[in-house]
Amino acid sequence: MSRCCPAPIVAPVKPASALPWLVWTAGALLAWGVIYAALEPVSGWVVSTLPIEPGSDLEEAIAFFLYDTPKVLMLLTLVVFGMGVVRSYFSAERTRALLTGRHEGVGNVAAASLGIVTPFCSCSAVPLFIGFVSAGVPLGVTFSFLIAAPMVNEVALGLLFALVGWQVALTYLGFGLGVAILSGWVIGRLHLEGWLEPWVLKVRSQAVDLPVASVTLVERIRAGIDAIKDIVGKVWMWIIAGIALGAFIHGYVPVELIAAIMGRDAWWSVPAAVVIGIPMYSNAAGIIPVIQALLAKGAALGTVIAFMMSVIALSAPEMIILRKVLSMKLIAVFVGVVGLGILAVGTLFNILFVA
Amino acid sequence: MKDVKVLGPGCNRCQVTAHMVQAAADRLGVAIALEKVTDYAAIAAFGIAATPGIVIDGKVVHAGGLPKAENIALWLSA
Repeated sequence: MSRCCPAPIVAPVKPASALPWLVWTAGALLAWGVIYAALEPVSGWVVSTLPIEPGSDLEEAIAFFLYDTPKVLMLLTLVVFGMGVVRSYFSAERTRALLTGRHEGVGNVAAASLGIVTPFCSCSAVPLFIGFVSAGVPLGVTFSFLIAAPMVNEVALGLLFALVGWQVALTYLGFGLGVAILSGWVIGRLHLEGWLEPWVLKVRSQAVDLPVASVTLVERIRAGIDAIKDIVGKVWMWIIAGIALGAFIHGYVPVELIAAIMGRDAWWSVPAAVVIGIPMYSNAAGIIPVIQALLAKGAALGTVIAFMMSVIALSAPEMIILRKVLSMKLIAVFVGVVGLGILAVGTLFNILFVA
Repeated sequence: MKDVKVLGPGCNRCQVTAHMVQAAADRLGVAIALEKVTDYAAIAAFGIAATPGIVIDGKVVHAGGLPKAENIALWLSA
């Protein structure tokens, strides 16, 4: 699934000197900036040398692909590095300690927010779920975390910010948190503890405190680099596939078609986007170039964000993993509540903001 | 003889972690009894919230993500 277990933060065997690392990091960031600034002119020049008719659909599609591929990969690398460093301040165990015994409401807000910055991978969703519930984190609060963690992630936020603009990224952040907080709160109110698989409630564990020996700045930089290797190494194919699809939409799919299907006037477009998005699974990296192309072609923002959220937040593989701890009834409630939340948010946004 | 448990539901990373631990022990000449704990209830009972986890002589030394080789050596020789 999308991203798995970034390398953990542990004390270095022998303290490394910080200076070379800082110099190296600053140099790499500078080089990044220079290359990034050169992308547009260089890709424009490459396209102009190709034997294609200027202004044609084909040229537009190729230009989009050649410029966006390196741009997206570079932005992703930067954001993933930054988030890798930020995440070195958090761990699943520490987040659990912060959430244990929290009441609903405040707990849901805290859980959803921590879901953004805590290292999370879907392969440890089940141990995390049991670890939280057995340590006394309320079920609804646990769900707020489990909904926010995959949905509002650094890849989604960073790419939206870079490709579509900070307004859309902030909207996504706000709506993602909103859906996670509300859905978790609703599930908590429903008191569905009895719908867990019976063995889950029997697990009694003593939450461990891992020795977090003073983590140095160098270790945090290394965590950022590890995150790049880990995440960018995994998702680059998705991104290229996404950009290729985006380039196709950009060059060939007519504006009228997208506007008619995903425009603001089509009331049924948000429910349709959610229903289509739930069984689909892609990670944020693959879906966002497509999102950008759809928006440029006149799709309504609420519809597009609803589509993206349902693709990322709800997926068949995750349900199969969670089936080990949740009964089918509880999974149905989970999908239903989150789906409705996304639907409400998307529809509301389309009504409130007349673009 | 150290008692080492690798906690994880059998995902790729858990396998890799187990191999890393065994390789480090062989290299250092430390005798270990390696056990893979794959049962979710048993994993949860150790109190971790992220896998893979490593338990040495009953003490959790690691949780979440691949461990670093240098740290495995450190834990095994402690």
